Amino acid sequence: MMGRTIFIDPGRCIGCQACVSACRECDSHRGKSMIHLDYTDEGRSVASLPTVCMHCEDPVAPCAEVCPADAILVTADGVVQQADTTRCIGCANCVNACPFGVPKIDLGAKLQLKCNLCYDRTAYGLAPMCATVCPTGALFYGTVEELQAERPGVQVADTFVFGETEVRTGVAMVVPADKVQWPVPGGLPVVEINGKDVRR
Amino acid sequence: MTADPRAADHGAAVPPVSSGHRAAVPLDPSLAPPGTRAFRDAGGIPADQWHADQDGETLVPTHCCFCGVQCGMYLRVDRGGKVFGVEPRNHDINRMRLCPKGINAYQQVNHPDRLTAPLMRRSRDEEFAEVSWDEALAFTVSEIRRIQEMYGKDAFGLLGGASLFSEKTYLVGKFARVALRTKHVDYNGRLCMVSAAGANKLAFGIDRAGNPFSDILLTDCLLIAGSNLGECFPVLTQYVWGARDRGASLIVVDPRETAVARTADIHVALKPGTDSAFFNSVLSVIVEEGLTDEEYLAEHTTGWEEVKAKAAEYPPSRAAGICGVPAEQIVQVARTFARAPKAMAWHARGIEHHSQGVENCLTVINLCAATGHIGKPGAGYGTLTGQGNGQGGREHGQKADLLPGGRSILDEEHRRQICEVWGIEESELPTAGTSMMEMVWQMQRREIRGLIGICNNPFVSLPNYRVVKEGYDATEFHAQFDFFLSETAANAHVVFPVTTWAEDDGVMANAEARVVKHNKAQEPPPGVRTDTWVMCELARRLGAGDKFAFADSREVFEELRTASRGTVIDYYGITYERLEETGGIAWPCPTTDHPGTPRLFEDGRTYHEDGKIHLQVVEWHLPMDPYSDEFPMSLTTGRTVAHFLSGNQTRRLGALVEQTPRPWAEVHPSHGFRTGEPVRVVTRRGSEVFPALVTEAIRPDTVFLPYHWPVPTSANALTIDALDPRSKIPEYKVCACRIEHASELDTVPSPPVAPGHVAYPETQVSRTDPLPPTSPQGRGTSERS
Repeated sequence: MMGRTIFIDPGRCIGCQACVSACRECDSHRGKSMIHLDYTDEGRSVASLPTVCMHCEDPVAPCAEVCPADAILVTADGVVQQADTTRCIGCANCVNACPFGVPKIDLGAKLQLKCNLCYDRTAYGLAPMCATVCPTGALFYGTVEELQAERPGVQVADTFVFGETEVRTGVAMVVPADKVQWPVPGGLPVVEINGKDVRR
Repeated sequence: MTADPRAADHGAAVPPVSSGHRAAVPLDPSLAPPGTRAFRDAGGIPADQWHADQDGETLVPTHCCFCGVQCGMYLRVDRGGKVFGVEPRNHDINRMRLCPKGINAYQQVNHPDRLTAPLMRRSRDEEFAEVSWDEALAFTVSEIRRIQEMYGKDAFGLLGGASLFSEKTYLVGKFARVALRTKHVDYNGRLCMVSAAGANKLAFGIDRAGNPFSDILLTDCLLIAGSNLGECFPVLTQYVWGARDRGASLIVVDPRETAVARTADIHVALKPGTDSAFFNSVLSVIVEEGLTDEEYLAEHTTGWEEVKAKAAEYPPSRAAGICGVPAEQIVQVARTFARAPKAMAWHARGIEHHSQGVENCLTVINLCAATGHIGKPGAGYGTLTGQGNGQGGREHGQKADLLPGGRSILDEEHRRQICEVWGIEESELPTAGTSMMEMVWQMQRREIRGLIGICNNPFVSLPNYRVVKEGYDATEFHAQFDFFLSETAANAHVVFPVTTWAEDDGVMANAEARVVKHNKAQEPPPGVRTDTWVMCELARRLGAGDKFAFADSREVFEELRTASRGTVIDYYGITYERLEETGGIAWPCPTTDHPGTPRLFEDGRTYHEDGKIHLQVVEWHLPMDPYSDEFPMSLTTGRTVAHFLSGNQTRRLGALVEQTPRPWAEVHPSHGFRTGEPVRVVTRRGSEVFPALVTEAIRPDTVFLPYHWPVPTSANALTIDALDPRSKIPEYKVCACRIEHASELDTVPSPPVAPGHVAYPETQVSRTDPLPPTSPQGRGTSERS
């Protein structure tokens, strides 16, 4: 399975956004956060989870596949890099292709921005900034064995299904041990396109 | 690179990095919070040698300036000596973790809003003008002299703060008693955890938490009462989740389903203000079902029979009605807590901010004692301090009734001891003063005519804003020490620009009573002085310079150590050097070779003379603001994760403002509001309009307001200034209210003044400007392209 990577555990997230602030402090993004926080059951619960780039492995990074400028590099260790600023044309194809809704476009600079797994830190053996500071361990950086050693019985998933498409990712999610469902449903069902209810 | 990256780092001064100070790792590695091992084993560059690509950057080891957890962090300092960033630090307390406030804290150090010259005006009708230090100090001293000569020494008051280093809180107490000779000194920790302090003192004879945070990892049952731990102390969740990973049960008592309550085995969503009825009832079940530890009770406690008899008056059938929770849940809590081999109770403002805050804490202590869960690894009690130095801030004489070392100002022997240290006659030492809120009432009645405030912002943080404003407006002279122009400083005649925590050395004591050392990371901006310097200079000009000949924090700390020697709160064995070597020492620490006392009562003895826990009988009573047909609901207040106390510091930091830009009113869907709609919250003290956050995570009979903002969206314009009779803490956590639909132009007449208070002008506290767009409120917005 995956090597040293980020594990997202929504059961631990308290919605504090330390990851968002920490990401902004990371040297590789210089003041911009590449994480967002989602509320999965707003109005009924305070449940939340951080969304980072999932660093898709198979098919290899849809964002990179659709990039017309070949600006998104995937490194040998599976890190899907932020678009190369000398190549990016700000077309937002990557934004549309990502099933997890991760890449952003800086509209002013017409450049893509995305989590690159803090390569400036991970290259030195440090964890990404978000997983370093996460006060709850909702973002954990390490191997699956290290995670399981600290949280006995924890189950993780790295394969998600969107309609008929399966995506295997380099970043994994912690899933409820008693409700392991494989692959994990990714995204919400499409119910409306251009104002028309497509369920009918 | 010689340091072991797996070792917890306690940070000697950097640069240069010295590996010699890094040997001690007091925590058992097996107790390390989850999620950190991978990091420590990564084998990479230790954080203190991590320089990224910042040529010339140095990292200064210090701690966060905000809450009572006191996370270790590094401040990144550039070649020019300016703080420009933060780097996580592998300190025992937080093991690299930081919350959003901690991550953004450094931004206030060189913030453009910093005050860099003294501000002065001779009357409140004038504008502030920047003046020289000499002019500001001379005017302040002449006003102090004038007021004290005309109205007596006690007509001048001093209000300190629990975010100050302990050295400075010590100076606040000494300055009031020795330089000003006034009895009126108190501090904003009065609004924080004095109820817990009072209860702990009554029961155990010592005012601090019984166990270190790391004990949470060892417990089998964790009871969290009245703490939104996830938002107020986010870094502590790693301990809670660690306990849960090991199979511990989690019980949360809170009217709201907070992030931690969401994951609890039992979430008791009780009606605000009914805590002591609930805990009495839990105790009654424990007794009824024979789950008490009779042997422990007989050997280690007094007063058990009376407590037991009182608890029996609160069977679950009765308490369920009072608290608005199912009776079965009370039984379930009792069984879970009492049957656990090791159980712990941690509480915070949720049960302490009440007119019976001390009693609420006592009922929790009764539970721990009745089940023998005291003084063992994984078993005991703790209280979570809101301010960074909430614990240390009250230990050395900043409180109205206390002298350094927690000595009583009314005890002859204690007075004699301190007068000896201070070199004054006992007849010169004032007696006990009044509490912070009472001082404001005295200002309203013109009994206190002049005031110096240091590191506090009562215009946002005290209840019943109109009373506070009237009190401050009535003062003839008001000076404030601050580094930003707070709402309270804006009312002053003189504002002294002082240092932030990163510009001075000092110690703080966190919620575990662990004393930690903060290190200076940069020189203060030109024109800015330390609070220590200002107090010493004022004292010199008042004629007490020989008693305040301190050059820096270290000299003050040396006197503090001596002044605390031989007391329960003994700092004598703690030195700056030891703090840097060990990463923190818990008091009492009587000698320089004493390891400190992380866990209390391990020998079964408390700090009372008989060595026993003095159990106290508690009778529940209704909150002070009565419910009526007009005001049928409970208003409760609290914090958000992005902001700190009165918001004077965090409401200026971009990322935190973006995360939580404005307050909201949290209401249950049953009231018919939609999220973002304007909702008017009305109490007997006023009304204000907030955007609604509609959620099922709150009781239908309760409204929640975060309290970090000033009028016109100030929770504390609506809360009641009723006090606990013992701790004098205000009842922030419950008052009667109603909610109404509002429109942007809607105004209602100001409600009548609450009985028992001085009449004040009818000033309507209500926003009339259009509400800003309000979706999604409060808990942050998702950032997407």
